[in-house]
Amino acid sequence: MKNFSNKYIFLYSALLVAIVAVILSVVAMGLKERQDNNIRNEKMQVLLQAINVNVTRDEAAVNYQQYFDQELTVATDGSILSVWNVKESKMEKGDVRAFEIKLKEQQNIEKSGAQGAFPVYVFTKDGRKGYVIPTQGNGLWGAIFSNIALDEDLNTVIGVTFSHESETPGLGAEITTEKFQAPFIGKQILDENGQVISIAVKKNADANGMHEVDAITGGTMTSNGVNEMLATDLMRYQKFIDATRAAAAPQENTAVEEAANEEEVNHE
Amino acid sequence: MSKIFTTPLAKNNPITVQVLGICSCLAVTAQLKPAFVMALSVTVVVALANLIISCLRNTIPPRIRIIVQLVVVSALVILVNQVLMAFVYDVSKQLSVYVGLIITNCIVMGRLEAFAMSRKPMESLLDGIGNGLGYGVILVILGFVRELFGSGTLWGYPVMEKLGLYNIGYENNGLVIMAPMALILVGVIIWIQRTKDKDLQED
Repeated sequence: MKNFSNKYIFLYSALLVAIVAVILSVVAMGLKERQDNNIRNEKMQVLLQAINVNVTRDEAAVNYQQYFDQELTVATDGSILSVWNVKESKMEKGDVRAFEIKLKEQQNIEKSGAQGAFPVYVFTKDGRKGYVIPTQGNGLWGAIFSNIALDEDLNTVIGVTFSHESETPGLGAEITTEKFQAPFIGKQILDENGQVISIAVKKNADANGMHEVDAITGGTMTSNGVNEMLATDLMRYQKFIDATRAAAAPQENTAVEEAANEEEVNHE
Repeated sequence: MSKIFTTPLAKNNPITVQVLGICSCLAVTAQLKPAFVMALSVTVVVALANLIISCLRNTIPPRIRIIVQLVVVSALVILVNQVLMAFVYDVSKQLSVYVGLIITNCIVMGRLEAFAMSRKPMESLLDGIGNGLGYGVILVILGFVRELFGSGTLWGYPVMEKLGLYNIGYENNGLVIMAPMALILVGVIIWIQRTKDKDLQED
């Protein structure tokens, strides 16, 4: 075996690391724009998916502008902090675009006691207004995300998407499948008094129950994560939901409630 | 030369004979597609790492050889990950953390230590490809069996549903998608292989 001096070893390792660092940073910088673009387009694609518009990633940007009207930033007290007009690509109020908000950061701000700012996407599809609420929580191995599309009553779910960072393929990762997501459609996130009670993910869920869906076999921890995520994140929008519902139907309030009650009776 | 390439496919298979890389083989084989992409990524990384280390082998001081190998492997893994993210974003999302974990795959370091440090570049390249494929073959077999019987699909295509088996009372086996089943299946493969190949039998 050859003998290498200490000087050689030091120089060798320094040089090797320097070369590797240069190569990696050049590649990372060269590919960054492509990757960022992928991520932005994917986010739009997922938002579109939530409202049941399925397009490829390349078509997402165009379709996004077609279906979505506004991006709102909402504080937990229900006040609207910023409004971004999607159609005209301009800020109408405030200075933060909801699309750029990182949910995790805002959740941490909220945890520290201050007030966070959370995004709501307003869309129009088939002449009907609706809202998409993004959420983020923890699965078994990493973060999990979802987008909940609500009808104009801010109660009935008309579409959902789930995604995850690193759940186990075939087990927890099944939250991204149609089989898990389809049952959410038609469920309601509010109880009869307009309070957010979310949608529970549990074993042997009652298919007719308005607030529960089936969990995943072998993916219990991930299912629990989804459950927790929805409950915590939807709760944040309580005041916004109250305010929007009140503004939308000041006179019809009683009528809507009566109708809801009637529906409840019918179910039983 | 051709032996270098073919022995790791069967007689010296990294998973069934050397028993390396078991961890990732349990983790990514619940479905066929991630298993396949993982196999491909590992093959690329082992082959290139083998080639690079073999080219550098006479300049590497033995005292820091593991560190040098690690730097080369990590750099390759990061490159693979970056390229996947830029050009096949969907696949990269599906593999998520497992691409990064190629660094810790024993096969990679094992081949560098055992082969590339002492052999010529071309041989090392072949050895890397062979070992990557040997690992890949087992992954794909496991992915095939586990997805077919665990989820009733193949590459996402609902085979069992199309065959109409659910209508006559067939049900997917939940156990098959759990990690322990992968271990049992690996055991079965080893059993079959050793029954056929007397050389591998131990006293």
